[in-house]
Amino acid sequence: MSTINKSAAQITATILSNKRIGAYHQILLSIGDLASVCRPGNFVAIAVGGESSKMILRRAFAISRITHGSASGGAMELIVAPHGSGSRWLCAQPEGSDIDIVAPLGKAFGIPTSPVNALLVGGGYGSAPLFGLAEVLKARGCRVDMLLGASTGSKIYAPLEGKRSASTLKIYTEDGSMGERGRVTAPISSLIEQGSIDVIYSCGPMSMLRAISDLTNGTDVVHQCAVEESMACGIGICMTCVLPVKGEDGAVSMLRSCIDGPVMDASTVAWDLVGKTPPAVTP
Amino acid sequence: MNTEYGGFDFSTSLAGASFPSPIFTASGCASSGKELAQFFDLSEIGAVVTKSVMNKPRHGRPTPRMAETPSGMLNSIGLQGPGIDHFLANDVPWLLSKGSRVIVSIAGETIDEYSVLARKIRPVQGISAIEVNISCPNVENRGMVFACQSDTAARAIDGVRKIIGGEIPIIAKLTPDVTDITSIASSVVDAGADALALINTVLGMVINLDTMRPHLGGKTGGLSGPAIRPVAVRAIYQVHNAMPHVPILGMGGVASGRDALELILAGASGISVGTASFGDPTAIPRIQRELHALLVARGFTSLREAIGYAHRASEEGRQ
Repeated sequence: MSTINKSAAQITATILSNKRIGAYHQILLSIGDLASVCRPGNFVAIAVGGESSKMILRRAFAISRITHGSASGGAMELIVAPHGSGSRWLCAQPEGSDIDIVAPLGKAFGIPTSPVNALLVGGGYGSAPLFGLAEVLKARGCRVDMLLGASTGSKIYAPLEGKRSASTLKIYTEDGSMGERGRVTAPISSLIEQGSIDVIYSCGPMSMLRAISDLTNGTDVVHQCAVEESMACGIGICMTCVLPVKGEDGAVSMLRSCIDGPVMDASTVAWDLVGKTPPAVTP
Repeated sequence: MNTEYGGFDFSTSLAGASFPSPIFTASGCASSGKELAQFFDLSEIGAVVTKSVMNKPRHGRPTPRMAETPSGMLNSIGLQGPGIDHFLANDVPWLLSKGSRVIVSIAGETIDEYSVLARKIRPVQGISAIEVNISCPNVENRGMVFACQSDTAARAIDGVRKIIGGEIPIIAKLTPDVTDITSIASSVVDAGADALALINTVLGMVINLDTMRPHLGGKTGGLSGPAIRPVAVRAIYQVHNAMPHVPILGMGGVASGRDALELILAGASGISVGTASFGDPTAIPRIQRELHALLVARGFTSLREAIGYAHRASEEGRQ
């Protein structure tokens, strides 16, 4: 009907399973036919807190993975850190609970039509959408290397999961408690210089996305990043999740990360203007 | 449309503009309609009130622009928008092509800007009414909130009236952040407002305990959602009491049919639903269904009978 939110639907989804995995919960939702229109990079907006909740806004979660063909139809996997009041509520919902979801939302990762060498970089809580993405890329014949980083080892989601989905996996923690000590961005420069990557897919804190963007700047490597901005609606009507993005003419517009993102071409984001007001519009 | 409501007359009017249902979007909470069109048919609700548009394109305020609060939220958008020319060329024709009734909301940085906007809107066919937003709290200088003072509020409305008075109904949108809302209301009605939109958001602030600084990029923001509903009910009740013949478009925290009915009983002829759509994209058609059922259950045969009923009931000594 519309060109915005064009595959999105509001449905009641049943929680098929809710497992604690380290610091995270892996939550599987039965979503029926909606699974066929969900793509890696899309997100879901979930109503939290129940009928008499004082939390009036939905919570947005990246869709980690989509599975098809189980007895109840398609399912959506979420990886949730019980961090704030909304995510704690969701993680406390038992199997069999019905929840109100709106999905799929947002722009998905672009998937190459021919095989490429892809590097997937996830930071902290942001790695969720990379696992489903890795599977889709591998099915297209891409080589998939994955880098996961966090402040400490407990914030790395299920390292085995990463190993399963990617050809290689390297982990970086700032305190050295898992993998190598340091930041996830450390090896990227030399990988670019070696010419061993064509595309970087990244998801995580804005500072990480910006740092990767600085490294790919001026190279042939395409960088698609999934941004995280706090949003009230997730469907394009509240105008709170805006990011400064450069258009073809170089002019900066404040684009909504819910409908013009969350996946963006990192080279178009005006990183230095994030959190600031761009120069006045000259029509 | 009427067949959907059986024999019940759900229609309403605001200063001569007629609508098949009293449930509208709220300005600034539905963009220009395209985003919600995926979730329901825009022609099935009373009207789309578009996001307040200014003369020129505008970036708005820096992020963060949002903070959730108990039963509410603060926003600090700062009237980001495409500017009136782009809006009239693209958004209005699209809405009309979908069979939607359109109320265009305008905002100006100066008194003159309101006149300029009215002049550009005047030749456009198909617009049901114009909402003159003289009360947006998210501007650089709180002094720009014309609706905080009777004289500036009246001058902004007068500028619009001179251009389109008598042609398109003028709805003045007021803030509850004033000592006496009835005196502001009376000034804008004297200046030519045909109807009133009550209430805009309430000015608020959240301080982030991690940074120990104001959380919003614009420091202050407008509080909306169920938290402000009693303020809206009070303002509508006071203004309807003072000027029972001036139609009111009521808004402020309506999230259910029951909430909409409360504002109607206080004196609203129409209801704008804003923040509820953020949490529930199908809130507007749901509220419309719920309100219809509640009115029927109370024995009303038309929406009009319920408008301002809270005033009449007290006169007649009922509960």
